[in-house]
Amino acid sequence: MAASENVLHVEHVTMQFGGVVAVNDLTLDVNKGEIVALIGPNGAGKTTAFNVITGVYQPTNGRVQFAGKTIIENHPKGKVKKNYMGDPALIYPGSIVKTPDKITQLGIARTFQNIRLFKAMTVFENVLIATHMRSKADVFSATFGVNHKEEMANRELAMELIDMVGLGDAADAMATSLPYGKQRRLEIARALATKPQLLLLDEPAAGMNPQETDELGEFIIKIKNDFDLTVFIIEHHMDLVMSISDRIYVLNFGKLIAQGSPAEIQKNQMVIDAYLGAGDTN
Amino acid sequence: MILMKNRFYSPDNAGGSKIAGREKAAAGAGGLVPGSSGHAYQKKADPNKKRNTILTIIAVVAVICLMAFYQKNSSDHSYAISIIERSAVYVVAATAMNLVTGFTGLFSLGAAGFMAIGAYTTAVLTIPVATRPSVYYMNGIAPWLENLSLPMPVAMILGGLIAAGFAALIGIPVLRLKSDYLAIATLGFSEIIRTILAAPMMDRITNGSYGLNNIPGFSNLFSPLIIAAICVAVIMLLLHSSYGRAFKAVRDDEVAAEAMGINLFRTKELSFVISSFFMGISGGMLALFMRSIDTKTFQITMTYNILLIVVLGGIGSITGSIIGAFLINGGQEWLRFLDEPLTVGGVTIPLFRPGFRMVIYSILLMVVVLFWRRGIMGDKEFSWSRLLGLFHRKPAKGGDQ
Amino acid sequence: MSLATFVQQLLTGVSLGGAYALIAIGYTMVYGILRLINFAHGDLFMMSGYFMIFAIASMPWFIAVPVAIAGTVLLGIGIEKAAYRPLRRAPRMSVMISAIGVSYLLENLATYLFTAIPMAYPEIPGLKKILTFGPVTTSLVTILTPILTVVLTILLLQLINRTKIGMAMRAVSKDTEASRLMGIKVDSTISFTFFVGSLLAAVGALLYFTDRMTVYPFSGALPGLKCFVAAVLGGIGSIPGAVIGGFIIGISETFIVAFGYSTFSDAFTFMLLIIILLVRPTGLFGEAASDKV
Repeated sequence: MAASENVLHVEHVTMQFGGVVAVNDLTLDVNKGEIVALIGPNGAGKTTAFNVITGVYQPTNGRVQFAGKTIIENHPKGKVKKNYMGDPALIYPGSIVKTPDKITQLGIARTFQNIRLFKAMTVFENVLIATHMRSKADVFSATFGVNHKEEMANRELAMELIDMVGLGDAADAMATSLPYGKQRRLEIARALATKPQLLLLDEPAAGMNPQETDELGEFIIKIKNDFDLTVFIIEHHMDLVMSISDRIYVLNFGKLIAQGSPAEIQKNQMVIDAYLGAGDTN
Repeated sequence: MILMKNRFYSPDNAGGSKIAGREKAAAGAGGLVPGSSGHAYQKKADPNKKRNTILTIIAVVAVICLMAFYQKNSSDHSYAISIIERSAVYVVAATAMNLVTGFTGLFSLGAAGFMAIGAYTTAVLTIPVATRPSVYYMNGIAPWLENLSLPMPVAMILGGLIAAGFAALIGIPVLRLKSDYLAIATLGFSEIIRTILAAPMMDRITNGSYGLNNIPGFSNLFSPLIIAAICVAVIMLLLHSSYGRAFKAVRDDEVAAEAMGINLFRTKELSFVISSFFMGISGGMLALFMRSIDTKTFQITMTYNILLIVVLGGIGSITGSIIGAFLINGGQEWLRFLDEPLTVGGVTIPLFRPGFRMVIYSILLMVVVLFWRRGIMGDKEFSWSRLLGLFHRKPAKGGDQ
Repeated sequence: MSLATFVQQLLTGVSLGGAYALIAIGYTMVYGILRLINFAHGDLFMMSGYFMIFAIASMPWFIAVPVAIAGTVLLGIGIEKAAYRPLRRAPRMSVMISAIGVSYLLENLATYLFTAIPMAYPEIPGLKKILTFGPVTTSLVTILTPILTVVLTILLLQLINRTKIGMAMRAVSKDTEASRLMGIKVDSTISFTFFVGSLLAAVGALLYFTDRMTVYPFSGALPGLKCFVAAVLGGIGSIPGAVIGGFIIGISETFIVAFGYSTFSDAFTFMLLIIILLVRPTGLFGEAASDKV
């Protein structure tokens, strides 16, 4: 297979909250067409890493590149500089900050660990909202219906995505009335409606039984192929991770402790220790 | 560098997807999502559509006939007419507030300030030129204003635009504050606007503490109603558009909305500015209705009144705001009997004297706030099905409805 | 401006500031514990003025003063029980609307019961005694106010930091649910907070109205908002902050009026609010909070 182009490049990203280093000097890559997993015990900093990549937090230090272009870069300054616990040699010069909506516009979409659906809206509306960003109509055209064609196209897209995740019958139900597993699927459909190139999934299988998890695995592979996506996933369900990932990164206490193929990771002692505790040391 | 190719949507899609280089596209008969059969989005057919349309037409015609009747016999029904006109003013104000507070989730208490801008703009430009010297007799009138006169609709729209302009400026610092602080900050700006309007340097425009009078009134009952109808229609169209959905997304979950590509500040600012435009219009309507205004009209209590109408009608329901406006204005008049001494069987009950009406009114509103937070319509719009459903409630049996 | 006038105005400002400080403490405490801007606090202060008027009309002053204060406290606690507690689990906007509703109700009630015509505030013997220091004339209440404010603040801080109930208040401010799980009686703690806030407001009302000499139904509306600004200025949730904020606003307002810009004194306070919210939203002494995504 030809060398894939790099889609996401995270370089020496550190995220520090006061004295707590949530993400410590993280460097990783995700290449086009891959499914890459980020695993690690609870509290390891995985969601924080996602939050940095999607612009929710500005990293204390480091750089994020998307498709070769630097989209986020930051270095410790002001009060933070005094408390910075990272390697001073790796401090980045630039300061490029993006709000999450800009990151999504660039082509990175995400789902949330705690499911953040729009509670007062139906399943259909939840997905439809995500098409707003790519609409070209201004507020006057939209209000007076001048953009009818675009609106119809958006509605079609939303409906198809809903069908695709198997929620077609529930399109007019309130989003919160769905069972947990379906809500997660809805979140994925919503993220897809933003037409991303890179999809960040934060624990999509949480709360699912083994059968649902298998279906989810198949679904992720399917959408990856159909939509030409790259997928970066945080997960705890190891069977899912091992079965669909091309590569895995392992985080513990904010630091990268291992990376490699599923087979390599399964045999990695440090990873085993991290998950099970360091064993009987006393 | 990967180009941001638009993989799914091609504007000339006539049912076939045009995803570049994908053989699968040929397999599915068309659809934006590969592999799907591409059924066009269809709104579910509404079985009651015909009935609803007929009922709506009947209702609208009935209302128009009633208004025409009032108009024809205006001298006999001036009391009812004034209630209807005032209600129309508050319909616009309440709908505008609902837009920013109920639909976008921004607790803004700046309504009075924006109404004041609209009211003063409209008043200043519509007072007949001939009577201006008598209105401004104490302070004199600013030279550029002496002969500047605009037709009522133009003046009102200008009032709305100026209010919207101020909102755009105010929004920049204020909209990034959390909800409680946003409330106080907008309240503060409302008072600042009022202070500016009342300031001595503005005397030659606003006539300071003497206020403006001799403002022309509405020529007939239909004017304010039509204006209100147009304003409400525009707001409803806005809310049904994708921008309206963006407002609701921001209200429901800012973090998720941002993650879906919605720019928080721009969306909030848009809602705030549009809402303030319509507040300005309602201020202009108020000036034309009251025919004389001063800055005391636009104290914070005005904002509270509108807020309570919105709460009563239902935060998040436009039809609720309309009903609330009429109910409150009508109700306030109806409750006037509480201000008169009441004698029952020769005994005068000491409770009933001026001021009692407002006390009972405030208590009723507290009851709504505490026990009936949803208000009359909750967050739903009026629908004939629901109204008729109220009358046809079947006793609960083991079956369906 | 001569030195004598300056000192005169400074004394007036400090005195006004003291009254504002006592009321601002009420705002900051309630906000700290309930995240609620108690719009009705200013009107509670107004009602306190009326209570005093009627109490003194029928009792000797040394009974009337405690009675009026007790009445204010009961009203404050009653408002919390009736209008805020039922909405404890409701969205923030609902509670704020409830507070606005209570404010509205109190203003209308006062207009109904006492008419809109300003009523004369009674003189408590001794408070208005004139004192002269060289060219500067002032009354006892003017000197007493800031002293009383500082004393009460210090007592309050001792209460908060050194007593069990104070610890409970701090805990509930930080995390209501966790406090409940730790066995803290959240409802009583909140009632106690309103007790203290109302008590201070009553004292503030006494000092303020003795100086002002009249009470009318809207006496509390604008001062109330100004005191909230003072609380924000000092850092919402911080009691020393509220006190300092109160003094800053009181002094600034007095000097603005002294220089002849009385129409702008109110607008000035709001401008200050806007500036603070933009430049340093946590106020002078407050602490920031953050969400978990």
